[in-house]
Amino acid sequence: MWGRVAALLLRYLYLYRRSLARSMEIFFWPVMDLLVWGFVSVYFRQIGAPKAVLFLIGGLIFWDVFYRSQQAITLSLTEEIWVRNLLNVFIAPVRIAEVVLATCLLGVIRALLSTAVLGVLAWVLYAFDLLRLGPALLPYFASLILFGWAVGMCTMAVILRFGHAAEALIWGTPFLLQPISAVFYPLAVLPRWLQTIARLLPSTHVFEGMRATLETGRPALGPLAPAVALNAVYLAAAGAFFGWMMRRVREKGYLGRLAME
Amino acid sequence: MPHSFVIEVERLTKRFGEVTAVDDLSFSAQGGEILGLLGPNGAGKTTTIQLLLGLTSPTSGRIRLFDLDLLRHRRQILQRVNFSSAYISLPFNLSVWENLDIFGRLYGVRDRRRRITELLELFEIPDVVETVTGKLSSGQVTRVNLCKAFLNDPEVLFLDEPTASLDPDIAEKVRTALKRVQRERGVTMVYTSHNMREIELVCDRVIFLSHGALVAEGTPRQILERADSESLEKVFITIARGGRLED
Repeated sequence: MWGRVAALLLRYLYLYRRSLARSMEIFFWPVMDLLVWGFVSVYFRQIGAPKAVLFLIGGLIFWDVFYRSQQAITLSLTEEIWVRNLLNVFIAPVRIAEVVLATCLLGVIRALLSTAVLGVLAWVLYAFDLLRLGPALLPYFASLILFGWAVGMCTMAVILRFGHAAEALIWGTPFLLQPISAVFYPLAVLPRWLQTIARLLPSTHVFEGMRATLETGRPALGPLAPAVALNAVYLAAAGAFFGWMMRRVREKGYLGRLAME
Repeated sequence: MPHSFVIEVERLTKRFGEVTAVDDLSFSAQGGEILGLLGPNGAGKTTTIQLLLGLTSPTSGRIRLFDLDLLRHRRQILQRVNFSSAYISLPFNLSVWENLDIFGRLYGVRDRRRRITELLELFEIPDVVETVTGKLSSGQVTRVNLCKAFLNDPEVLFLDEPTASLDPDIAEKVRTALKRVQRERGVTMVYTSHNMREIELVCDRVIFLSHGALVAEGTPRQILERADSESLEKVFITIARGGRLED
């Protein structure tokens, strides 16, 4: 099993070496985001909101972890559709779970690389120390990765079922979740009814915890419990949804149609 | 006496809503046989191949390869099967070596370097090994796809219009290589093509599909005799226009 997962992972990593567009996803766009938000936060500090640098840059870097994790699954499989390689993969003796696992691992690699680059740049340009989050850093990071996997699996299942028409979801779904994840502002800012929905997202608890940690300097591990529980539920649900959708896709013959379009 | 069928299809039906793409289809293929799957566009050839590869699940009927039920033993069967089509390709942004190496790993091929070199030589493209796939000519791409299809030394090979984009010279080389592999390794091939002359040259036996159902079966010579025709192309046109073969 691990040999096949490693082979698929290698295939996706080769792609990053060969494709400027894919490499830019890891380095260029996150750095551009960091520059814009970093200077916005510097401006906020100048007008008397000193915590803005911490919250905005912290939010940006953490959001990128979730985004890269989700994108690794969706873009890797969609790339197979774009280059008409999907059937080659699906007629190989590979379990669908192995394909998904390879893309999940790719998500971890992408998120680690991107976070390392952003962390160093944020420290150099804005004196933002990511390691200030201490022992909370790793579980927060892991929670966002796991949520990215769950969202990525659901998005990909919909793309396999509905084809090219659903591709906008690759980029759209994370931005649908961003406003209610309280990435750049506290949960309390949201209307009460929206707060209830926001609490159902693991990401909301991670960002609340991140802000509490940055503000007090002490690791806020309390929000991790709901994040872990919600992640377990969403991952199980996403796996079941993906499996159900794959059975529908096989019944309806969409796989062949999508791969040969 | 034990039979030597490697593919057995029994009363296979696939419906997409109101449309019956494959209609009560039964056929079999023996080890080492090249079976032509023919029919006009929309006859159900592609759906049949997708059903045989387990990409689409049947509405009813049974598919067995190597005496194993496809639905229950799909991965085990896919390890011994491969597929090449003019309508799918390997990632264009990876080199030929990278592509073949990855699929070699997926199929668990031992001594991949030797196997890849051997196949590139068989299809007369040894010099493209480090070339990015997207920079190859269409003839080279087809042959690289065929190299991928032979990587796991398959016992059954599905070929969907394998020479569709090739000039006559390269197409002839590909046919010769395929026949050679079939002779030497006893590979069973299911072959679709709209080039009837090629079918006559390559296939041991053909089945004609129309509206998802089997309408004629036999060796190319038997089909020609039954249709009292000089060429499979004329038989194809007759069937495509709704005609029937005279018994």
